[in-house]
Amino acid sequence: MNIFQAIIYSFSTPIFYKLMLLSATPLIFAALGGVFSEVTGVTNIALEGIMKISAFSAVVFTFYTGNPWIGLIGALISGLIFAWLHAYVSIRWSADQIVSATALILIASGLSAFLMEPIFGQSGQSDFVSKIPKLKMDFLKDVPFIGQIFDELSIFVYLAFIAVALSWFLIYKTPLGLRMRAVGENPKSADTLGVNVFRIRYFGVLMSGILAALGGAYLSIGELGQFQENMPSGKGFIALAAMILGNWNPVGAMWAALLFGASDALNIQLQSILDIPSEMKALLNLLPFVITIIVVSGFVGKTRAPAADGIPYEKE
Amino acid sequence: MSILVPVTSVIIALLIAAVVILLIGKNPLNAYWVMLKGAFGGKAAWAANISKMMPLVLTGLAVGFGFRAGIFNIGAEGQLMMGAIFATFVGINLGNVSPIVAIPITMLAGILGGAFWASIAGYLKAATGAHEVITTIMLNWIAVYLTNYFVVGPLAVGQGVPKSPEIAQSAQLPPLMTVQANTLPSGIIVSIVAAILVYILLDKTTTGYEIKAVGYNPYASEAGAISLKKNIVLTMAISGALAGLAGAMEVMAVHHRIFGDFSGGKGFDGISIALIGQNNPIGIIFAAFLISSLRTGSNAMQFAKVPDDIVTIIQGIIIFLVAADRIVRTLLAKMAISKGGETK
Repeated sequence: MNIFQAIIYSFSTPIFYKLMLLSATPLIFAALGGVFSEVTGVTNIALEGIMKISAFSAVVFTFYTGNPWIGLIGALISGLIFAWLHAYVSIRWSADQIVSATALILIASGLSAFLMEPIFGQSGQSDFVSKIPKLKMDFLKDVPFIGQIFDELSIFVYLAFIAVALSWFLIYKTPLGLRMRAVGENPKSADTLGVNVFRIRYFGVLMSGILAALGGAYLSIGELGQFQENMPSGKGFIALAAMILGNWNPVGAMWAALLFGASDALNIQLQSILDIPSEMKALLNLLPFVITIIVVSGFVGKTRAPAADGIPYEKE
Repeated sequence: MSILVPVTSVIIALLIAAVVILLIGKNPLNAYWVMLKGAFGGKAAWAANISKMMPLVLTGLAVGFGFRAGIFNIGAEGQLMMGAIFATFVGINLGNVSPIVAIPITMLAGILGGAFWASIAGYLKAATGAHEVITTIMLNWIAVYLTNYFVVGPLAVGQGVPKSPEIAQSAQLPPLMTVQANTLPSGIIVSIVAAILVYILLDKTTTGYEIKAVGYNPYASEAGAISLKKNIVLTMAISGALAGLAGAMEVMAVHHRIFGDFSGGKGFDGISIALIGQNNPIGIIFAAFLISSLRTGSNAMQFAKVPDDIVTIIQGIIIFLVAADRIVRTLLAKMAISKGGETK
């Protein structure tokens, strides 16, 4: 089969769409997190670190309690702590947000690797723990194509799309959302109108922690049932690209995440279909990253970040 | 004051890490003592330490140089690997030429490899506004996969760990000194010279003045007839050239080949080093020495059953405090006041 036929064939299989949804889910969560933070004017490139520490915490809490739901709570708490650290120094102390986030990525990476040995007795990867159960759609079983996509999917997949709808509603249809956008565009005039800039920004950053933590928890206790040291492997950064491509809008971010999910699915599919040497298959791993670069540089001219994004606000 | 902030940050980070070590039931005093001995206890420790320091000075300079122009080059990791690939390609294909020709050519190949890789991000930023943080991170991943491809594909040689053949003898930099299994690479001289050159470029030339002006206030510079786009691409290229040189040095002076996972985070360490050294080339030399000491020492710490990942945590906390330098400044100011109060 040549590469063109293989691509066409991939698109016509239900497994491709299933893989796309599975790959897109963590990206959707993290990209939504990015939207919440940046809409209020705080950049958060620490999403990768938050995903990593929460994926790790999810497994640790599940390991000790045997209950993946408690694992999920552990993930959310660690995500909130990391997001709070970022919020505290960048809002209260006007720290450089990119530098602070870089530090948090390092700390998350160091902490999860450091604790592996004391907890699991080995580095690299953890023991297997129980997973959050998947949702079985028995009534769809006999529907061709659709049935094979949706027969058994993680609850996180559905939760991701619900989160998109709720985020869109919150940001564009509620007074809180209006305040968030005002703070991100022009904190000074928002402040003059009596909006508490600091409190809104804290809300945005903490929400990004919760959402990125959901993405991280999905990776470990949603899909794999294990933590691996290289776990988010760039997904936090691809999520940032999805956020930019989606023009800082939850729905746009979702479409972008689906696009990246599709490129990931295509990579997996092509590796299994194509009859080429294994080192060439390894080269296909480049695909999602190359697509990200092309997309970010091709479309970014048409998008616009919130005006005060990344700029600390200081009361005079 | 400017040196007090990083120094205080390092002390606070070591204290917090001590608590983390206590939490896993180990003695932090013992761990730090082993670490100190591992980094400075004897000639072999010093050789290992300086050997680790050599590429870190260069990746620190790469990131720091970008910072001075207001560009966040997070891609030193990928640029280092591309530099190493280019240097290896040229190094293994050199026939019987004298070292006087082979060494500069191989070094130049590494410099060009890094500069080329960084220029992609620089060009995209200048042409389309694509944020360099995203593009350089993607380029890092692409460089990782490319390196893996080369060592299992076109450059693969021998059994076991995927690796390339050794570069020609004439392209290898002779060590200054050999202590047991450790060598003191002469590449450290190249690193120090590069730091001095970057210092001269930034502080004594017009190009350096323009680069700093763009970093300080891009809009005013544009009004002052400094081309923003030209400077973005140029800064990225120079920044990448430094990281590429780091890769070439690793190939020419230490490993003599590339293999999978070649960099092992030295490009990311460059970010820490640039921040601790406050983007000053001379400060970066000292910051690189700090990080190489921590890393060399942490290898020894594993004998005390403390995972060496503690260094990554320490580095993270230092950077976090450097980012939040106002917290540290406020803390220092309070200490100064209370001290002043006592003497009165």
